[in-house]
Amino acid sequence: MRVCALVVRIWRQFLHDKRTLMLMLVAPILILTLVSLVFNGNTYKPKIGTVDVPAMVTQRLAQEDVSLVSYSSTNSALEALKTQTIDAYISWQDGRPAVVLEGSDPSKNKAILLDLQQMAEASSPGPTGIQPKITYLYGSAKMSSFDNFGPALIGFFAFFFVFLVAGISFLKERTTGTLQRLVATPIRRWEIVAGYVAGFGLFTTIQAILIAWFCVDILGMMMNGRLINLLLITLLLSITALTLGTFLSSFANSEFQMMQFIPLVIVPQVFFSGLFNIDTMAVWLRWLSKIMPLYYGADAMRNVMIRGKGFTDIVMDLAVLLAFSLVFMVLNVLTLRKYRHV
Amino acid sequence: MFGKGSREEGWGIQVSHVDRKFGKRLVLQDIDFEVKPAEIFGLLGPSGSGKTTLVKLMAGIDRPTSGTVVVGGVQMPRLDMLGKIGYMAQSDALYAELTAKENLDFFASLFGLRGRGRRRRIEEVMELVHLTDSMKKRVSTYSGGMKRRLSLAIAMLHRPRILILDEPTVGIDPALRVSIWNELRDMSQSGTTILVTTHVMDEAEKCHRLGMLRDGRLIAVGTPGELKASANVTTIEEAFLAFGGVRG
Ligand SMILES: Nc1ncnc2c1ncn2[C@@H]1O[C@H](COP(=O)(O)OP(=O)(O)OP(=O)(O)O)[C@@H](O)[C@H]1O
Ligand SMILES: [Mg+2]
Repeated sequence: MRVCALVVRIWRQFLHDKRTLMLMLVAPILILTLVSLVFNGNTYKPKIGTVDVPAMVTQRLAQEDVSLVSYSSTNSALEALKTQTIDAYISWQDGRPAVVLEGSDPSKNKAILLDLQQMAEASSPGPTGIQPKITYLYGSAKMSSFDNFGPALIGFFAFFFVFLVAGISFLKERTTGTLQRLVATPIRRWEIVAGYVAGFGLFTTIQAILIAWFCVDILGMMMNGRLINLLLITLLLSITALTLGTFLSSFANSEFQMMQFIPLVIVPQVFFSGLFNIDTMAVWLRWLSKIMPLYYGADAMRNVMIRGKGFTDIVMDLAVLLAFSLVFMVLNVLTLRKYRHV
Repeated sequence: MFGKGSREEGWGIQVSHVDRKFGKRLVLQDIDFEVKPAEIFGLLGPSGSGKTTLVKLMAGIDRPTSGTVVVGGVQMPRLDMLGKIGYMAQSDALYAELTAKENLDFFASLFGLRGRGRRRRIEEVMELVHLTDSMKKRVSTYSGGMKRRLSLAIAMLHRPRILILDEPTVGIDPALRVSIWNELRDMSQSGTTILVTTHVMDEAEKCHRLGMLRDGRLIAVGTPGELKASANVTTIEEAFLAFGGVRG
């Protein structure tokens, strides 16, 4: 009953605060759209200059996905390279190709070397030229980088906005004295925490549905699993964020101090959420990922969205998130002791 | 006129040898007094003397470092007593982004009021503080005095047996102040025990009994008449200075 009162109040506050409402619903969609536009674009087409290259090689090169420009001397090609009109140039020295790369962008470097390698293989079909047959266990050749880190991104939004909004609204409850007023009513400490979880939980469910629908149906993000599992992960992730946010808010004295938790709590989690490869990190650093809720959330997201796995495969991740939430909830109830001893 | 003993079931407050420390700082020191059932008890004291600290102990949101606070026969703090106590904090603790009605709704349901009874009671208390017309306005558009009145309305919402008001009339104009005091007197007559803090001296005169607080000590307790007589002065203000050891 009192939990309900709190839920109703939180909802009314949301409805009155259109800006925050928009922030939570529209901002993730806007950013996801941008990211998808940036990373879903066609693969880069390198611009390669040629200097005195035999006609046969030029023909072969033209079959790869590159644009070719021919130069009369290495000097003019070098000039073009310096002004970044081209990404690399090939000249012929002692009957062998010599390649000079502009080199400041690793992804362009890779694309050029790959093209050249393919060209070399195609022109010398020797015993090394055995073509492997490639099949994908998960994902596909058409999978874009957006498909790859999209799931982590959804998890991140579920986490970030709830963390911030719930944390700040609990902080305001403290700084405006309404928390003090609240504890002068017969509400129990756990009811305050439960009210917050239920109020925001309900709201974040809507947010999650919206984000998931938008990503899958509008942006066409790869989605091989069941939507309900995705929503379950998002919900647990945002409850973790909510309880962590409200807990940490008791160590902040202003909205600005709450913001200071972003580089401390949010940013490190992004590094471990699968946007970057964890396996190449130092061992102790990998251990750090084990205490980051977003790591589990993003892992479960990828399992559902890319690998199409079901509930039984993500149940461990969900259990860990639930455990995080429960621990933070208990900590919340305990810190509320500061405001009322019973 | 004191309404004393007019209601057997009225609840009193017994404060016995209460100390309250914040860190090493002793903010309340050996406070010992009683608020009788159905009386209006005024706590008088300069800024920083510990009024709010003392009042929070009685409202059950803080715990004394030593000593006991007993409200209606039950030692505080106790969760089940909170529903019987109405508390108006010194700073208006309202949800500014909500309307007055929504604030009232929220607190009413925390106190278990529901349905038609709740609606009627909300209208009653808003009538009392002359805010009926501003019921649907957002609290962020309220003036300071309006917020004060809304806080008072919320404190009275659940018809508490004990009403604890921390400087209730700050920022409220004289006419309304009179009508609020009339209401407080009515409530005390019908059995509500009322504790108010104030540093407005003419309000102190309206209390049945007064406690004077200075630097965390209770320097005098008695009816306004008694206090003035024993200090041999004509105003509460002078009495206060006299008890504080500052002869005017
Ligand atoms: N939470 C706290 N931590 C430390 N000191 C506190 C705390 N609350 C109050 N104090 C100190 O206790 C003393 C009494 O404060 P209190 O708020 O009770 O005064 P007051 O009589 O209500 O004053 P005012 O009339 O200005 O409201 C003050 O010196 C204040 O600094
Ligand atoms: Mg005070």
